[in-house]
Parts: sequence; C-alpha cells; structure tokens
Amino acid sequence: MYGFLIAVGVLLLLSLIWMVYRIQTLVSVVKGSDKKIASSSNKVNALLFVVFLFGAGGLMFWYSIKEFDNYNLPLGSEHGAVTDQLFWITMAVTGVVFIITHILLFIFPYKYQYSEKRKATFYPDNNKLEVIWTVVPAVVLAILVIGGWKAWSDITAPAPENAHVVEIMGYQFAWEVRYPGLDNVLGDHDYRLVNEVNNPSGVDFTDRNALDDFTSPVVVIPKGEPVLFKIRARDVLHSVFAPHMRLKMDAVPGMPTRFWFTPTKTTAEMRQELGDEEFVYEIACTEICGRGHFSMRREIRVVEPAEYQEWLKEQKPYIVNNPALVENLPSDLKELADITIGEYK
Amino acid sequence: MATANVASHGATAHDHDHEHHDNFITKYIFSTDHKMIGKQFLVTGIFWALIGGFLSILFRLQLGFPDMDLTFLKPLLGGWIDEAGKLDPNFYLALVTMHGTIMVFFVLTAGLSGTFSNFLIPLQIGARDMASGFMNMLSYWFFFVSGVIMFISLFLENGPAGGGWVVYPPLSALEQAIPGSGMGMTLWLISMTFFIASSLLGGINYITTVINLRTKGMSFSRLPLTIWAFFLTAVIGLLSFPVLFAAALLLVFDRSFGTSFYLSDIYISGEGALPNTGGSPVLYQHLFWFLGHPEVYIVLLPALGITSEVIATNSRKPIFGYKAMIISMLGITILSFVVWAHHMFVSGMNPFLGSIFMFLTLIIAIPSAVKVFNYLTTLWRGNLIFTPAMLFSIGLVSFFISGGLTGIFLGNSAIDIQLHDTYFVVAHFHLVMGSASFFGLMAGVYHWFPKMFGRMMDARLGYIHFWLTFVGVYLVFFPMHYIGIAGFPRRYYSWTNFEFSNMYTDLNMFVSAAAIITFAAQFIFLFNFFYSMYRGRKASLNPWRSTTLEWTTPLFPGHGNWPGEIPSVYRWPYDYSKPGAKEDFIMQTVPLSATPESNLPHEQELVKLEKEIIAEEEEVLVANESKES
Repeated sequence: MYGFLIAVGVLLLLSLIWMVYRIQTLVSVVKGSDKKIASSSNKVNALLFVVFLFGAGGLMFWYSIKEFDNYNLPLGSEHGAVTDQLFWITMAVTGVVFIITHILLFIFPYKYQYSEKRKATFYPDNNKLEVIWTVVPAVVLAILVIGGWKAWSDITAPAPENAHVVEIMGYQFAWEVRYPGLDNVLGDHDYRLVNEVNNPSGVDFTDRNALDDFTSPVVVIPKGEPVLFKIRARDVLHSVFAPHMRLKMDAVPGMPTRFWFTPTKTTAEMRQELGDEEFVYEIACTEICGRGHFSMRREIRVVEPAEYQEWLKEQKPYIVNNPALVENLPSDLKELADITIGEYK
Repeated sequence: MATANVASHGATAHDHDHEHHDNFITKYIFSTDHKMIGKQFLVTGIFWALIGGFLSILFRLQLGFPDMDLTFLKPLLGGWIDEAGKLDPNFYLALVTMHGTIMVFFVLTAGLSGTFSNFLIPLQIGARDMASGFMNMLSYWFFFVSGVIMFISLFLENGPAGGGWVVYPPLSALEQAIPGSGMGMTLWLISMTFFIASSLLGGINYITTVINLRTKGMSFSRLPLTIWAFFLTAVIGLLSFPVLFAAALLLVFDRSFGTSFYLSDIYISGEGALPNTGGSPVLYQHLFWFLGHPEVYIVLLPALGITSEVIATNSRKPIFGYKAMIISMLGITILSFVVWAHHMFVSGMNPFLGSIFMFLTLIIAIPSAVKVFNYLTTLWRGNLIFTPAMLFSIGLVSFFISGGLTGIFLGNSAIDIQLHDTYFVVAHFHLVMGSASFFGLMAGVYHWFPKMFGRMMDARLGYIHFWLTFVGVYLVFFPMHYIGIAGFPRRYYSWTNFEFSNMYTDLNMFVSAAAIITFAAQFIFLFNFFYSMYRGRKASLNPWRSTTLEWTTPLFPGHGNWPGEIPSVYRWPYDYSKPGAKEDFIMQTVPLSATPESNLPHEQELVKLEKEIIAEEEEVLVANESKES
C-alpha cells in the first residue's frame, strides 16, 4: 500500500515538475525576462526569505514552549543541576546570537534586493569592526568556557572516600552490575575468568575482597550520598548513559573508567513530583556496540539511605548463590569463603 | 556534451592543435584535463550522493514508521527484510555506517573538493592545467576504484561495515561482534586506503599548482577566496589523511595479523577469551579524530570559499574583510589540528586533556564567527541578485550559524556529558558540516555550470530546488535538537525499550516524512543538471558579470584553457560597484592604469609598477608575432 502511494506521489511530482518547467520556460521566453539582470523572481525570493524568517521562527518558538516539559528531562543528580544551568546559559547566549544573525541574514536580502536605480556600497573592509567581532565572541566564549571548565573539573575530580562503589560492566548486549559488599572494596577481576553461567564479570575469587561481592538486577543507590560507578566492558566499547543523572562515560575493554555523582531524589520522590507512577531512572548504551545496541537497559532505583542499608544486608554474595565458584580455592581462602557462606545462610 | 564538444573544437581549433589528438578515451575517461577531471568528480559525487541519501531514507523509514511493513523493499534488500517485513537491526547499523562514510568522504570530500579544486584552481589562478595532469588523473581513478570497492561491499552477504562511520575497534576488529566487521569491514579499509591515496595525490597537486602556476600578477593577496579555501583544504588533507591511513593500517594488523594495538581484555560470548592484551581502543579514537576533525574543515572550507565568491558576485559588492577572511581560514586550518579530542570527552581519556581541548575548541569558534559577520556585512547595502547559487550560499550561511552555535554546547565538556552521542550531535553536524557543505556544493554547481558545460541551468527550477531543500533540511534537522535534548541516543534502531525515550514518535515520523520530501526534491536538481547540460540556454561568456579569470576563457575552453597568452592580473578579485567605475564590476585582467576614474589612492601608486609589467608583456607579444611571421 505504502509502495503504491509512494509511486503515485513520485509520478505526480515528476509530471508536476515537468509542466512547471515547460510553462515557465515558455513564459520567460515570451517576456524576454531571461535577458534581464534580475527578473521578477528576484522579488519573490527576497520576500520568501522574510516569510521563512517569520514562519520558521514562529514555529520554533511555538514548539519550544509547547514541548518544554517533554524534552526537558527530569533531573536527579547534584552535578546535573550545574551542567543544566550551563546548558541553559549557553542556550540563552547562543539563542540571542542565533536570532539576531538570522534576522539580519533574512532581512538584508529583502531590503537590499536588486534595483537598477541603486548601486551597491563599495565597502571592502573595516578593521575596527573586525576587531570588535573578534574580541566580543572571544570574551563571551571565554566566560562560557571558564564556567564549563570549573564544572568539568568538579565532576571529574576523584570521588569522595565515602562514595558507594558500584561496578557496571557492559557486554553484548546488557550491563552486569556488581556491588563490593560490606567492605566497599570490589574484588579483582580478570577477563579470562569469565564464565557466562555463574561469573559474567570474571571476578577473581582468590582475592578475599571478592568474597562478599554480589550482583543485582537493578542498580540500587542511596539518595544524597556520593556514588561511584566503576565502569568497564568485556567485549567492545559501550557507554553508560543515565540521562536523568546527566551521566555518561564510555565502557572500554582493557581500560577501566569511572564517574561519580550524588543522586538528589529517590525514585519514589520523582514519581510523586512528576505525577507519573511508572517513572524509573534508566541506564542506556550510547556507544555503538552491535545488533542489540538499542536494548541495553538497566534500571536505577534511588532509595533513602536507610532503605539502602536494609537492602544491602539482604543481598547474597556470588559465592553464596554459587558455592561452586570457590570450590578450587586454596585452603585458607576456602575456609574464609565457607565462613562467609555460613554467615549468609 | 556532444554539442559542447563540437563547439569547443570550432572555437579553439586554431589555437590548440593538440586538441585534435583527443579520442573518446583520452577526453572523457583517462583525461588529464583538469576541467574534465573536475566534471568526473562531480558526476561521481552526485552518484554517491544519491546512494548515500537513499540509504538515509531507508533508515528514516525504520525510525519514523517503526511498524511499517517493509516487504516491498524485499526485491532490493532481500534477506535484510525479515518475514515480518522488518528491517534487520544489523543492517540498520550498516545503513547508518555507509550513509556516513559515503556522505563524508565520497560526496563532501571528493565530490566537493575534488570537483571544484580541480575545476577552478587552474581557471582562477590563470594556469594551463594542474601541475601534474597525470597525477590528477590518477587521483580520480583511485577515487573511482575506492568507490567500486565500497559499492561492492554494499552487496555482501554479511553486509557492509556496520560499526558507525568512525569504525571504532574493538567492534570493527571483531567479526564475532557484528557481521559487518567481516568482509564488509575489510573492503571498507581497502576502499579507504584507495581514497586516502586519491586525496593525497589530489592535494599535492592543488598545493603545487597554487604555489607555482599562478599567472603574472596573481599574488597570494589577489587570489579569490575560493582558491585560498581550496589551498588550505589541501594542506589540511595532506597533513591529516596519512594519520587516518596509520589508524586503518593498525586496524588491519589487529584484524588480520593478531596484533593488539587496539585490543585488550576481550571475552567473546560463546567463544571465550581472546589472547590480545595491552592494546587501547582509545588510541584508535585519537588517531581517527586526528583526521576526523580536520576532515570537518576539509568539507567545510571549500564550501565557505565558494560561498564567499558567490555572495560577493551576487551582492555586487566586494567581500567584506578579504584579509580577515583569509586570516580566519588560516586560523581554522591551524586550530583544526588541535581540537580533535573534543569528540572524546567521555571516552575515558584523562579529564585534564578534556579541559585543554575544551579551551582549544572554543577558540576555533572565533574565526568561524568572524566569517559569519563578514558574510552578513557583505550582504549589507549590496544590490542582491538571487541566482540559485546565491540562494544556496545564503542558505549555507544560515546552516553555518545554526549548526555552529550548537557546537558551542558540544565543545563545552561539561555540557557534552549529557549531549554526547545523542541526536543533538546528529542535528549539530548535519547542519554545520553536512547541509552547509552540501549547499556549498550546490552553489558551486549552479554558479559554475555555465563554465563547465557552456549552458545555463534553469533558474526557476533552481529556486524550487532551493526552497524545497532549504525548508526541508530545517524540517529534518531542527526537530532533532529537541529529540537530542530529551536524551535520545544515536544509532538506535528503536527507542521504545526505554521509558525516557518512549515518546516523540510523532516528531520522528515528521522528520522522516520531511527527509523523504527533501530527498525527492533533489530529483528536480538532477533533471535540471542533466537536461541543461544538453538543452539548457546557451551561456554568455560571463553570465554573472564576475571579475575572476575563469570568465575570460572561451565559452568552451580547450585543454590549456586560454587560446594564446594567459591573461595577466592587475587587481584583487572583488572590484564590484567601485565608485567611479562605469560598470558595477571590473575584471582582474583590467589594468589599474585603464581605470583612473575608479582607482583608490593606494592603487594610483601601483599604476607605475603596473606599467613595467605591461611593457614586459608587450615584448613577449612582439616576440611571438615575429615568430609567427
């Protein structure tokens, strides 16, 4: 059906073009307008620029205001407030430039359209003007950059000591989440230890820090406390993108990366604020990684700190769910592992 | 072309006996004439633009109408449409990849720079041909071979390369990760190798020609801005393309010879751990963007050069701030090499590097801003004639502003955290580099068509083409800003898996519809182009009443461009509407001593110098005449 419609549309368009073309050629020959420097089309084109200016400009304002709540994502992190502010300041500055330059660009064609009576002004240069519009953008940009630089330095500074560590590992096509357990230290990992059935992160259980590491289907984090995402990938590049947290960092095989932030609203608070019971914080992948790139979803659940502590206590380490993981450990570690398993039973 | 051919023989037969040696193959295929090579680049570029545009329509169908039954495409796409009539997600990625590769390299690099550098450099600087006609021919045929290989890769069973046009490893290195990284990626790499060779051969030629073969009086300060732009573009290409070659070569090693330049710590599901350790995928990104960013200016500068020329001519005014324009372009050229890592703010590289590149990136916005203000001032109090070329040039300036301003967001690393790899980026570069350069290409074709084919393109079809395309491009790319601010990631087959992006289906449908209409409008151009080539109105010698040298050649310049002596140049190329002058333009070949009524005070000084040149020239003429008799 669509194919047929498109074919008809194309045919119509082609015949239309042909007719317009023939008619206007004949008309222009009759009128002799092709001998003139600027035909009557000059006026039409000049006018169309003004029409475009007001038409497109109006459309832009209308849609930008109408859709504001739709494209403006709810914000859930501390640093996000800073980057959002920078975004909107930049929007204001560039918006003014955008509007002024476009008014000039589309009004000039109308105002200075060709006339036989007039001669263009010979105005080849003006160093003063050049200096002004070199220096002014330079100053404005410098201010914007300094703001961005400060924010960037703060965001990328080392995470606070007390940050809750969560490891997020990308693979085709999902995220594996690992918590360090009660010691808040992640155990070592080695990609050669990966076992898709019971050890997708390649955790090295000969490291005693790994014994209480656990996984979770949802990234649970406390509100108001710093959280450090330790990010890596085990096959190709991925990128952790938590749009509501204004967080993005590539996951690189062979090179661990990180991003720390402080969530400001629990999922429940956000639901209430937005009046949307379905709302969830999400993680998506923003580095092309293959067939399932568009489906690497993980949920982030932000909870009150007390609730987080509760939740932590309920989680069971890898080795409790899968004692086979520690079967071949050296005897001293095996003993320790057995004690850990015992504690959770 | 047949008529053109006959006419050119008639006009130039007396002056150019070597014209007679041309047969079909040496004239149209293995030509060493820069004008023919330019046309070859142009036609090939148009072919690729159609393919690249068509691919984008295919994936826009998926994005705008995700529930649509695409079974009708089965005759063309075969197995890539599944039983349910859906596009295969792997093929979707291949489409995106090929669209990017084709548009950036084949259309906007070869099609734009290849066409106009070849066609215009000798004509505008007053040279018989390129410094090496043979190398120039090789340049085209390397490009052609590169295109053939890329074209073949479209039809492979596993599809063409699918890792995005940047082909980041490890995805592009591992066949297990995506089928496009098999044979498709191999052909991509081979094709790009030929393309790089082509660009280098072309670039060396452009640079050598501009430096060495300028006619008498054509100093650098009298070069049209087009030539400055082509010259600097060639310099950028010459310095950056080899780095892409290095990146590609190391990738070939990783793919085929078991090295680990980019690979480390990789476990393939269902296969196990790979032995590679110690490599860095970020290394590839650095190497790639060392070309990739200058590449933006490789496609943009020629378009800006063409625009400068077209706007000045059709405003009947000198370009405002000729020197400032050159300095801006020089600034852009140099700075383009030190901003590459702004593509990598969140790649995991050291954040300190991010700060450095943020500062450098925002510096490059300054020369760009200066150029925009100069264009605006050129329009101010002009006497504007809206030829199709002029319309496209004004459109270019609009896109350059719109897309350039969003660059200020993306160049700011703190803001880029959120916007990186979202549709905001897609909107940004499609406007500032894609559409702006495409409009430069169009402006160039409409403006120099009379010189290329001796006939005029139809102006009114040009107007319709312009307005449909101009409005269409904005309707396609402007809404993407909203989608991008909302966080929609790039290269997504569908957005419905996520709560935050499970919306804007209406807007995406709108964008797709606009894209289809805009693409369809290009057929107006195609018709106009090929029809006018044979049946267009005969052009006059200088249809736009322009000042530059190419309009002093015969209507159908032969191999060698000028019958007899190459004209000398006595003034800069922008003497439009000079006070006191009879006409509203004075050609570069008119001596200052012939126009005492319009000379500026400092030009009066130059008249004395000029007299010496003219005396010299007369000597040559006398000598030639005595030879002939």
